[in-house]
Amino acid sequence: MMQFLAQPVGAAHYLLVGAVLFVCGVICMTTKRNALGVLMGIELVLNGANVNFIAFSQPALRADRGLALGLDGQVVAIFVIVLAAAEAAVALAIVLNFYNNHGTVDVDEADELKG
Amino acid sequence: MAEFFSTYLPSWLAQLVTGLIQCVILLHVPLVGAMFFVWVERKAAARIQDRLGPTRVGGMFGWLQLLADGLKLLTKEDLRPQEADAMLFRLAPYVGFCASFTVFLALPFSDGWVVQWLDVGVFFILAVLGLEVFGVILAGWASASKWSLFGAMREAAQVVSYEVPLGMCVVVPVMIAGTMDLVAIGRMQEGLFTNWFIFHDPFTFVIFFVYFTCGIASVNRAPFDLAEAESELVAGFHTEYSGFRWLIFYMAEYGSMFIVSGLAAILFFGGWNGPIPLADLLGLTDANGELAGYLGRFLGMLNFVFKSVLGVTVMIWVRWTVPRLRIDQVMTMCLKYCTPIAAVMFLGATLWTYTFPGGVTGLRGTPYGTVRGVSAQRVELSDLTPATEDAEGAAGEGSDNKPAEEHAGDVAAAAADGEAAAASTPSGPLSIATFASSRARSR
Amino acid sequence: MDAINWHTFFFLLFSLVACAFAIAVVLSSNIVRMAFYLILSLAATSGLFFLAGADFVGAMQLMIYVGGTLVLLIFGVMLTNQGPYTMLKSRGDSWLLGVVAGVGLLALLTYTALGVRDWMGPTEEQLAETQLAFAQPSATATPIGNALLGIRVDKLNGGNEPDAQQQVLQGGMSGYLLPFEIVSVHLLVVLIGAAHLARTKKRSDTRST
Repeated sequence: MMQFLAQPVGAAHYLLVGAVLFVCGVICMTTKRNALGVLMGIELVLNGANVNFIAFSQPALRADRGLALGLDGQVVAIFVIVLAAAEAAVALAIVLNFYNNHGTVDVDEADELKG
Repeated sequence: MAEFFSTYLPSWLAQLVTGLIQCVILLHVPLVGAMFFVWVERKAAARIQDRLGPTRVGGMFGWLQLLADGLKLLTKEDLRPQEADAMLFRLAPYVGFCASFTVFLALPFSDGWVVQWLDVGVFFILAVLGLEVFGVILAGWASASKWSLFGAMREAAQVVSYEVPLGMCVVVPVMIAGTMDLVAIGRMQEGLFTNWFIFHDPFTFVIFFVYFTCGIASVNRAPFDLAEAESELVAGFHTEYSGFRWLIFYMAEYGSMFIVSGLAAILFFGGWNGPIPLADLLGLTDANGELAGYLGRFLGMLNFVFKSVLGVTVMIWVRWTVPRLRIDQVMTMCLKYCTPIAAVMFLGATLWTYTFPGGVTGLRGTPYGTVRGVSAQRVELSDLTPATEDAEGAAGEGSDNKPAEEHAGDVAAAAADGEAAAASTPSGPLSIATFASSRARSR
Repeated sequence: MDAINWHTFFFLLFSLVACAFAIAVVLSSNIVRMAFYLILSLAATSGLFFLAGADFVGAMQLMIYVGGTLVLLIFGVMLTNQGPYTMLKSRGDSWLLGVVAGVGLLALLTYTALGVRDWMGPTEEQLAETQLAFAQPSATATPIGNALLGIRVDKLNGGNEPDAQQQVLQGGMSGYLLPFEIVSVHLLVVLIGAAHLARTKKRSDTRST
């Protein structure tokens, strides 16, 4: 542990954090039946992706400095954040509408398209 | 300070000790500040209502009343409703307080006297200040009381809505300054009080009042304290809280009031620069030695704290003068008045700076030169990360750089747009009506 | 012991908080607690952004994600919750599916992340340089603002001659003005659409409650 504390971290460590967030989001999306729980899973997935973008944007985190994404990575992360906010707003509106019509937010109940 | 300690301690311990000392000093701002403001509030409220207020404790003016209040609250029993969600109920006050306290990290108290010098200082402060609402929402939810829940719902609707005009108001001085760095913004307003941004043009003068209104709303003070409206909701979100946890809520509230006034002081009233450059006249600058510079900064800090306290006092004055609004009036105020006014003022200020880059008289030194100085200084320290290289590139462009500088403001505006999109979905009063009916249905 | 790397220390702190609360989101069955854990996880992630030198993105994450989107989510939770403290029940087969897919994905991502030597961090020679780079406060707000308007000042560093700069500036595709505009229009559409969707209507009588 102390050994690790003296070492610099690299992009790979950030990628690991991103991977854990991503996988947690995926499991959250598959296991929760509440529509808002699924939405939270999506937020986690998007954040995992964002961590990767930020990690790749910083040249000081890697040995091959020139290949870092630089500002592009950060701009993409910003677009992800903004679009996630928009997505959450629309998803929430749909969920509220669904709740108004069905009195529940259980995604398994949304099976009317089966006919 | 870290260098001082590292002569006696190993370097990692020195860093740790330095950080802890800064934290402890900073922690005293909300804590002592809250105690002082409680006393001020009691005295001011009493005077406005033609009473005397506390007079006995501690002799003159009842100045020890705050200590008595604190002791009373600390010795009260820490109650918890049986139905409450225990973990969230216990944690909620600390969430609010942490958010309020974290803001102080980025708030400069004087020229360069800031714990963490952030390039996005204004943005960071607004962002973290917005997190305080979670304390209230979670407290209201976890209390398992309908009054608390209604208070929390109102608070959520109100704070999310008011973040939009608040952000737009803040963008105006940021756009004029061309940076979100609070230290740089403060430095730009050096000199006579005519250099303060509130006197920059008519639009900033108007927008300050919009900012202050939205600031009062975003920290939940009367007349916008719908979340704790005692005439309707017992005590709103903190109905079920007592003793120490209740005290924490109050400290967070007074801390936020100080932050909103402090931000106003830096953005509109020159921050640590007095109405006349007294420190310069007395020769208290870095040019005359380290001690003189230190004293000058200390004078600046007194200036800043005085302005912030003045702001808080005005908030207290407003609280005891203006009657509380209804929730629909609060929402109307935000969406129909504050946001459009802020948008028009933003446009006006943009056109004004475009038309009169050096002020109407042309005598005002262009603030952009100051930014150049700051960013160039910081670039010299390192040109390693692409970030600082960017700043260098921006600095290198020279004279035609003014429009480019304004874009920082545009980005913040875009952020505010995103916020607007996110925020305006649950339109306040309607949602609460829906909510009320849904709660009623579920019983 | 003397050479404690503070970047690593805070990375460990933030990443442990982020991961632990992300796992707590998955394991919790109370939706409000899930939202609370999500707040902490995302706030810690913004700490990671600040740590990696993306201060504007970090502040944006705090403002829009944590301060905006999550308040909205909690709002939604409160609006749609039928009783106090309802527990979410998950089916066993979805757990099985989720865990199998998740573990597979995690293995794949870990293998990929650790597979490239250059991503493991700066080399010994770059160490001092890296320390210096992280010791400086980052200033990304202005360059990002410029990039969103189509001016890539960060690309100008290569050549100091005006001609080279002109070439970069006239390159056209290097900035983000078009995506920025598209996102603005998108947000406007979302604003109107969400308001339209969520407006109160006469409730249909077919509700099951």
